[in-house]
Amino acid sequence: MSKIFHFYGGVHPQEAKVSRGTPIVDAPLYPLYTVPLSMHIGAPAKPLVKAGDTVLRGQPLGEPASFVSSYVHSPTSGKVKSLGMCLGPAGTQLPCVVIEADGEDKAADPMPPLADWRNADPAILRQRVAEAGIVGMGGAAFPTPVKLSIPPGKSIDTLIINGVECEPCLTADHRLMLESPRMILEGVAIAARILGVKNIFIGIENNKPDAIALLTREAAAFSDPAIQVVPLQVRYPQGAEKQLIYAITKRQVPSGGLPADVHCVVQNIGSSHAIGEAVLKGEPLYQRITTVTGSPLASPGNWRFRVGTSYGEALKLAGGLRPGASIGKMISGGPMMGMAVYSQEVPVMKNTSGILVMAPEEIFQYTSKACLRCGRCNDACPMQLMPGILSVQIENERFDDAQNWHVMDCIECGCCAFICPAGRPLVQHMRRAKSEVGAKLRAQKAQKPQPPKGDK
Amino acid sequence: MSTLFIIILVGLITGIAIAIISRSFGVEANPLEEEVKALLPGANCGGCGFPGCAGYAKALVDKSARPGACAAQKPEDMKKMAALLGASVDTREPKVAVVMCSGDDHHATRQAQYNGINNCRDAMIVAAGAKTCTFGCLGLGACARACPFGAIEITPYHLATVHKDLCRGCGKCVQTCPKKLIRLVPKSAVIHVHCSNPLKGPVKFKACKAACIGCGKCVKAAPENMRIDGGIALAQINYGNPPPEELASVCPTHALRK
Repeated sequence: MSKIFHFYGGVHPQEAKVSRGTPIVDAPLYPLYTVPLSMHIGAPAKPLVKAGDTVLRGQPLGEPASFVSSYVHSPTSGKVKSLGMCLGPAGTQLPCVVIEADGEDKAADPMPPLADWRNADPAILRQRVAEAGIVGMGGAAFPTPVKLSIPPGKSIDTLIINGVECEPCLTADHRLMLESPRMILEGVAIAARILGVKNIFIGIENNKPDAIALLTREAAAFSDPAIQVVPLQVRYPQGAEKQLIYAITKRQVPSGGLPADVHCVVQNIGSSHAIGEAVLKGEPLYQRITTVTGSPLASPGNWRFRVGTSYGEALKLAGGLRPGASIGKMISGGPMMGMAVYSQEVPVMKNTSGILVMAPEEIFQYTSKACLRCGRCNDACPMQLMPGILSVQIENERFDDAQNWHVMDCIECGCCAFICPAGRPLVQHMRRAKSEVGAKLRAQKAQKPQPPKGDK
Repeated sequence: MSTLFIIILVGLITGIAIAIISRSFGVEANPLEEEVKALLPGANCGGCGFPGCAGYAKALVDKSARPGACAAQKPEDMKKMAALLGASVDTREPKVAVVMCSGDDHHATRQAQYNGINNCRDAMIVAAGAKTCTFGCLGLGACARACPFGAIEITPYHLATVHKDLCRGCGKCVQTCPKKLIRLVPKSAVIHVHCSNPLKGPVKFKACKAACIGCGKCVKAAPENMRIDGGIALAQINYGNPPPEELASVCPTHALRK
């Protein structure tokens, strides 16, 4: 533990991880689950059930509609009330299946456990990961089987497991590492077998010494394959894919490239745990650990929620509001990258790492002032962009200039907006430019269907 | 004293030099082109397909373009211009932009508070705005800023409205509106259906008290002027034969109005 790994830029917000000492508790059964069919990046799952059907826990509700898509499983047994639309955390309507629980929580026949996975064919293991509906549980929800398929022409030599949890307030991954390290390591080893890699790192931020010590000890006992636990500097966004790869391997993902371009695959702790469960127990992914926290709540903590539980139920589980407290803002995810939600009807999804509630007095509303050209955002930007200059270009709708200044490399981590003394909403500017430039690039791509290879 | 003298001398010499150079290198401007340009609106909106009003004026004088491509030009200016160029002009119905939404703060409900960048296109990327009706006007004024003639006003209750007499129908706002609420309609049409929500009547009435609920009263009263397309609870005006102003009184939600 002599060397601390780090990356360029970043900020260090107040950590506020108040629930780090609270053990994970299983959430009770609820009468109604709203399970979105689009809990992942890519095409929404194709529904396999219709209204009135009886379903069992773990039974697939939807199957992948395309290559980049995922299975969705039922969180409990009961009746399908309806297929419709529900509000997602991003404020958009998502297709969903509403399940009325019968209270018996009968499990469907599990997939056969693959205890002898060390000798199993990687293709079978990948198939299992796909059938278990595993997606990246860090936030982006990229389907894991797609991540574990090596793109043609690329080679992978390093698997990095992201146990960083650099978002303030969230402790879900931390608790998972403390409570089921063995299952995580099994999942990591299975992912390594699927990819056929030998260099395996688990990156953990230095503010979780107990998790680092425990996983190091467990990894030592777990001799095949060798897994190395890497302590990382406490700095946001340490857990961003490109920053984590740089911190651990000193490889820089090229502009517009993917981690596979530098022979890396990054996997979340929660997803590794889910891979372990899917292969060793045959359990599909229908529940996850979520931190419910915030100063207005009476007892913040970490719960194992089934997907489709509404945020309102989650808040009730966290003891509801303290006497005299009120909700100023509710955020799905962490305070830095999370999205403000305006309804407690929003369901917990596979990528809901936290539900954060803020009191009205904790919310600061800034008015955007002119850029001071102080350059603090340049120092904070982990992608080494110049957010201040970009925002001025974008305000004047000069999207071509913004594209030349690499706005498409922005990871929307929010460090620039966090640090800006002029209170400029820089991330929103970047997102606007990314959507406009992205639309332009898509239109160009549609015009000439086959761009020459290597032309980026 | 000598400094002053030197400055005056330098000024004189450069002045004379500039005068000579501008005479010998000056670009001969076509006086006709200047006259034509003066009759164009001068907004450089680009709607004609030429690079600004000067570009269009040049093309007109070259006879490579015909009068009438400028949507923003006043009809009397167009007649004058045609006379100047000795060309015929097709008289056409002038068009104006109309914002097809009535959902201001008095009528439409909000489901969230938006406090980001004051621009509709920026608000669109944050859950498509704060209004319950996801089709309605955001009232943040992207169209008003895009209008070269200052014809669009955002009311204090956050709804874009077009001043008919100032609008020249260039269509810049139509492209700017992220909700695609603005339509170019014939100027002679007096009343319009100020709603663009295609959802079912009760759903949109919950979100906005000024929505067209698709009751069909206007269609019954004036079947040749109005229609409701199958499956969409939204009355449409037959702009080939626009209804009279009196028809507005039958609309229970006042979505059909001036």
